[in-house]
Amino acid sequence: MSDMNLKLKVWKQNGPNDKGRFENYKVVANEHMSFLEMLDVLNEQLISEKSDPVSFEHDCREGICGACSMVINGRPHGPNKGTTTCQLHMRFFKDGDTITIEPFRANSFPVIKDLVVDRSAFDRIIQAGGYISVNTGQAQDANAIPIEKDVALDAFSAAACIGCGACVAACPNASAMLFTSAKVAHLGHLPQGKVEHDKRVQKMVAQMDEEGFGMCSNTYACEAECPKEISVKNIASLNRNFIGKVFKTE
Amino acid sequence: MTVENNFTETETLVKEGTGLKNNVPEAGDLENKWTQYRSTMDLVAPNNKRRIDIIVVGTGLAGASAAATLGELGYNVKCFTFHDSPRRAHSIAAQGGINAAKNYQNDGDSVYRLFYDTIKGGDYRSREANVHRLAEVSRNIIDQAVAQGVPLAREYGGLLANRSFGGVQVSRTFYAKGQTGQQLLIGAYQALSRQISVGNVEMYNRHEMLDLVKVDGKARGIITRNLLTGKIDRHAAHCVVLATGGYGNVYYLSTNAMGSNVTAAWRSVKRGALMANPCYTQIHPTCIPVSGDYQSKLTLMSESLRNDGRVWVPKKKEDVMAIREGRKNGNDIPEEDRDYYLERRYPAFGNLVPRDVASRAAKTACDEGYGVNSTGLAVFLDFAAAVIRYGKSEAISKGINNPTDQQIGDLGRAVVAAKYGNLFEMYEKITGEDPYFQPMKIFPAVHYTMGGMWVDYNLETNVPGLFALGEANFSDHGANRLGASALMQGLADGYFVIPYTIGQFLSKEIRTPKIANDSPEFMAAEKETREKLEKLMNIKGNHSVESFHKRLGLIMWEYCGMSRNAEGLKKGRQMIRELREEFWRDVYVPGSLDEYNPELEKAGRVADFLELGENMMVDALDREESCGGHFREEHQSAEGEAQRNDKDYTYVSAWEWDDNEPILHKEQLEFKNVELKTRSYK
Repeated sequence: MSDMNLKLKVWKQNGPNDKGRFENYKVVANEHMSFLEMLDVLNEQLISEKSDPVSFEHDCREGICGACSMVINGRPHGPNKGTTTCQLHMRFFKDGDTITIEPFRANSFPVIKDLVVDRSAFDRIIQAGGYISVNTGQAQDANAIPIEKDVALDAFSAAACIGCGACVAACPNASAMLFTSAKVAHLGHLPQGKVEHDKRVQKMVAQMDEEGFGMCSNTYACEAECPKEISVKNIASLNRNFIGKVFKTE
Repeated sequence: MTVENNFTETETLVKEGTGLKNNVPEAGDLENKWTQYRSTMDLVAPNNKRRIDIIVVGTGLAGASAAATLGELGYNVKCFTFHDSPRRAHSIAAQGGINAAKNYQNDGDSVYRLFYDTIKGGDYRSREANVHRLAEVSRNIIDQAVAQGVPLAREYGGLLANRSFGGVQVSRTFYAKGQTGQQLLIGAYQALSRQISVGNVEMYNRHEMLDLVKVDGKARGIITRNLLTGKIDRHAAHCVVLATGGYGNVYYLSTNAMGSNVTAAWRSVKRGALMANPCYTQIHPTCIPVSGDYQSKLTLMSESLRNDGRVWVPKKKEDVMAIREGRKNGNDIPEEDRDYYLERRYPAFGNLVPRDVASRAAKTACDEGYGVNSTGLAVFLDFAAAVIRYGKSEAISKGINNPTDQQIGDLGRAVVAAKYGNLFEMYEKITGEDPYFQPMKIFPAVHYTMGGMWVDYNLETNVPGLFALGEANFSDHGANRLGASALMQGLADGYFVIPYTIGQFLSKEIRTPKIANDSPEFMAAEKETREKLEKLMNIKGNHSVESFHKRLGLIMWEYCGMSRNAEGLKKGRQMIRELREEFWRDVYVPGSLDEYNPELEKAGRVADFLELGENMMVDALDREESCGGHFREEHQSAEGEAQRNDKDYTYVSAWEWDDNEPILHKEQLEFKNVELKTRSYK
């Protein structure tokens, strides 16, 4: 196991009102570590020097909770396709590399500290209508409505979103269209979700606008950077639903 | 903090307390107890619900489903999570599935069979009435999830698909690829979001519960720290519901998320709640092995893989050495030189034995020197046979006559990919090896804790008005949990049990006015919380929180891990006490109290683990038998199987914490509907 000597250029920012700056650090890692374990090593080093550790968000460390973020060398979640930061391993870097690490940048995701941002705008988009209105106990038998396997799989593919916000960070307009359209598609594909579909689209899009996310930039950077590879087809279908609704008379 | 350094005689310090009343209703047979109870229990009328406040802590499957359902019923709910969003709770990482006694496969399943499998799987150390209720409501959970839009796997006919999990002989597990927990949690999160949007639930993200407040003996609120600003707040309510998950991170390395902790539960224990069966921990047999001392967590490979994967080690030591040194890999070992030890030792269940049995068998193989990686701590999980079986079947269904090996392999791998694709990708990302072509290397890791807060049939702790749900309680899994039963229990508790049983307490509280949050009890608890935080900040020692946590984890794994003995447990207990003393003398927490400070959060959690760990050692030492996940080396058969002692240990150990003398309260378990047998999967 050979050591890797790395130079890190890390964004440090003490709260939303601080201007922020890059700090340079040196760290010794090895190829078996995950990217976050490399940062753990850095933080242990900083704590032992009684300096301020680098704050970053993380939890499950297996690519499913959506907590980890970071822009690594200019790309949300780093260089690998379909991979969250926590699943990125150091064997994809080499001895002597300089790695630049920044937070997910978007007006709607204010920086809390260093690499930690506030993504609660996503919660509010879901609260605006990203659900099926069924109280506990109201359900009929689960097999009462057969759902074609392919339809269920399409719903699943959209539902795989982990709410990390990489799509927003990747977009030149910081648009939340991929996130919002994925939820609309997940629920809209299923017969249970069709009842409230039109209202859901209107309410979620309105909330998305209110949060200050930008318009879709049509660059598809969101799909390219999405760790769950959510398709931009969902955006096209949301647009159809949304525009269709504008011209529909009640 | 008082710690005695010259402490040796552990067992003399265990004081026995009083027996516990589990409040299982007398009326009705096992089959209709719950229905009868539900139909006759006290209710809170809608006009009164509006005046009652409930605090729910935690937003995993149990917490989110409880908060959403209580909100739907009309209560005023305040819900708390330390995460930035309720959707991040660790339930999200559950992979394989959720059990339900639907019998959609017509393979002989029933409520009774699920009940029986769970009792047997738990090695006859759980409460019959609770487990039967769990099996009953399991069916409603699937209905509810589908109605919410949870995209569970389906067959071509459009109906729901099932698979098998360990310890059972029917297919009752519903799933959504390897992301079942994620999909069910998002379902509950959406239901919760809906209640937030209509104002029935007030959501507090990034708030950590640091104390429980009791007024006149009843749980009436909590003290929280706002993790962004450091502000300490007092929150009052008529009752408090904890759904704060398990304590597997006491071992440092586990499959739990980094933030999972015992703090809310443990601080409640320090206010008088009881910790039940803390030594019952589940070591999951199929996880990616440890690769170095920088490692921060372990990754699970779902139990569903054992439907198709075969577990083995080489028969010959020279093959083992060749593999360790990289001269051979698994594929080079001919069939006759492989020991499929689970199939050999347990022919009836084969690779699908329960988790505790599979983990111990892997440990035995590695202890005997057959481990297949450089550390000697790994066994193979091999899909080659499944690839061929599926490949041949696909070739037939596609009308390919005389398929080549390549065609069979390609077709078979496609089937395996459809079933387990995301797990295989996850394995490849971490290890850099491709499991479609090489057998996986796996090893057991801490995964789940069956122990937890003691609760009665109503899920109420011994502190009136304090309830515990999901992994945070001890109630349903005995000494070993079966696969795909954690999601079932979390959602059963949250959607279908607590909404009813909480009424038993609250129906007596309808005349209680709004609870004031500035009573002397609240002010004192706030002050104590602040002082504890200040104490941590002011130690200004030399070692990081992480370094103490790692050392604690090593002690726990060594002396209270997959197998335990009296000598080790005594030693481990002493080591923890010394480590705790060192922590409070020499830990270094950077930053300040009144800001975003993840190191301070961690310090409080590790301080609690340093007490819980000792409680686990004491509990494991008291239980002079082997059962489920608790394996005492002194109590095993000639073949190395666990030996229970039903005569002396058919009880729940519920511990009252005290720095010097934990007090044991017992709940005797009565089995009226199943016969206690030696568990056999042979």
